[in-house]
Amino acid sequence: MTAASPLGEYIARPGPLHRVSPGAKLIGLFVFAILTMATGGAAATTIGLLLAVVIAGIAGLRGRDFWRVTRRFALIAVPLLLFTAASAAFARDGAWGAHGLDLPSAAAWAAGFARGYSVIGDLLALVLVASAVTASTAVEDMLDTITRALAPLRRFGAKPERVALAFSLVIRAIPSILGIAQETAAAARARGLERNPRARVVPLVLRTVAHAQLTGEALAARGIGEE
Amino acid sequence: MTAPRAGSDANSSIELRNVVVTAPTSQDDATILHPTSLTLDERRIAIIGGNGSGKSTLARLINGLVEPSAGGVNVELRGGSTSRSLDTRRDGAAVRRAVGFVFTDPSAQLIMPTVVEDVSLSLRRSHRDAAARRAAVLATLERFGLQDLADHSVHTLSGGQKQLLAIASVLATDPAILVADEPTTLLDLRNARMIGDLLMSLPQQVIIVTHDLELAARTDRAIVIDGGRVVFDGDPAAAIAQYRNAASQ
Repeated sequence: MTAASPLGEYIARPGPLHRVSPGAKLIGLFVFAILTMATGGAAATTIGLLLAVVIAGIAGLRGRDFWRVTRRFALIAVPLLLFTAASAAFARDGAWGAHGLDLPSAAAWAAGFARGYSVIGDLLALVLVASAVTASTAVEDMLDTITRALAPLRRFGAKPERVALAFSLVIRAIPSILGIAQETAAAARARGLERNPRARVVPLVLRTVAHAQLTGEALAARGIGEE
Repeated sequence: MTAPRAGSDANSSIELRNVVVTAPTSQDDATILHPTSLTLDERRIAIIGGNGSGKSTLARLINGLVEPSAGGVNVELRGGSTSRSLDTRRDGAAVRRAVGFVFTDPSAQLIMPTVVEDVSLSLRRSHRDAAARRAAVLATLERFGLQDLADHSVHTLSGGQKQLLAIASVLATDPAILVADEPTTLLDLRNARMIGDLLMSLPQQVIIVTHDLELAARTDRAIVIDGGRVVFDGDPAAAIAQYRNAASQ
């Protein structure tokens, strides 16, 4: 039930990024996210995207992996791009006039799409760098790192092991839910219902909840997470 | 109904006292398990019955994955001169640590992406030190003949290998009792025999819910469930005959 996707999947292929400690990679991801959000403009976005592609490549992602990430991201990116471009263009010089809504000028649309590219490009760069972190870090190492990092909070009642487990389960859930989405889409196609959103969304939601319940039972079956 | 054989040869036992399990429906509560009292203290016990008969519910009661609607379930653990009695409702977490549970579908049981990480997850509680944990994981994989698959993704394993890993991951926590819910149902004949041989060789008390009558015949005691009631309890050969007879009618 796991999608063939680099998102959330560890790639067991020794590489330079695999040798970096998980803590350093998490801090690096955090810094990258801050810088991406702090810098604006199409040029900065392009640089960020190129940097993200290089980092993902070092982590072991290849052409097909990039295609899978980008294809899935496009489902969100295209509507978001259109919405951002239109809202930025209208904010710039669209207005209600005597004859109804005045459409923005070509220059305003160009600026709107530049803004949209910036937003989408920044998000894609973050997705790629996050994929690079999960692809080059074994979940086990991530668990150890988070447990160590949160250990000082134990005196305040925090349970680092439980937080680390929750964190790793969230990462693991990404490919699992993508896998469920693929299966439900295939099931809808098999019944000729590929254009029916209900036939795809309802089973996806139900099976995702069932998956979460099964994961909880699997943990309970080993006595994990109840200490 | 035949009485179970006397005497115990396991270091653990399970007692069900007038246990009832019901589930709410749109009209009324449906009874999944009618009042049932059992003492399970043989080393190998099979629970057989048709689909929806209540046998999985009975198995899930033993490690607290299902709580009784009425009555109680106690797990008795004996070690040397001491013994400990755990109530599945009151001591749920302790019961689940003492009673390992293996699902029918191993894919639902494997949580981590690779073989080594999945076993390691089970050992995080008992082995805080990463190096000691790694050594314990490798020892577990070797015990179950999985060492060559250590870094493989769990999704690339065959059905038999997945079930073997699921059992290894549960046994890594060293439970006193192992409950397996139809562990061979999804496996081919060769893998079903391999898993059956493994379950029979374990030092733990093993309770197997199964449709595999060949496996049930190898146990010390078999319980037949039908319509949420125990309809036979005793010698496996007689239980299988009773089950076959009921199924052919």
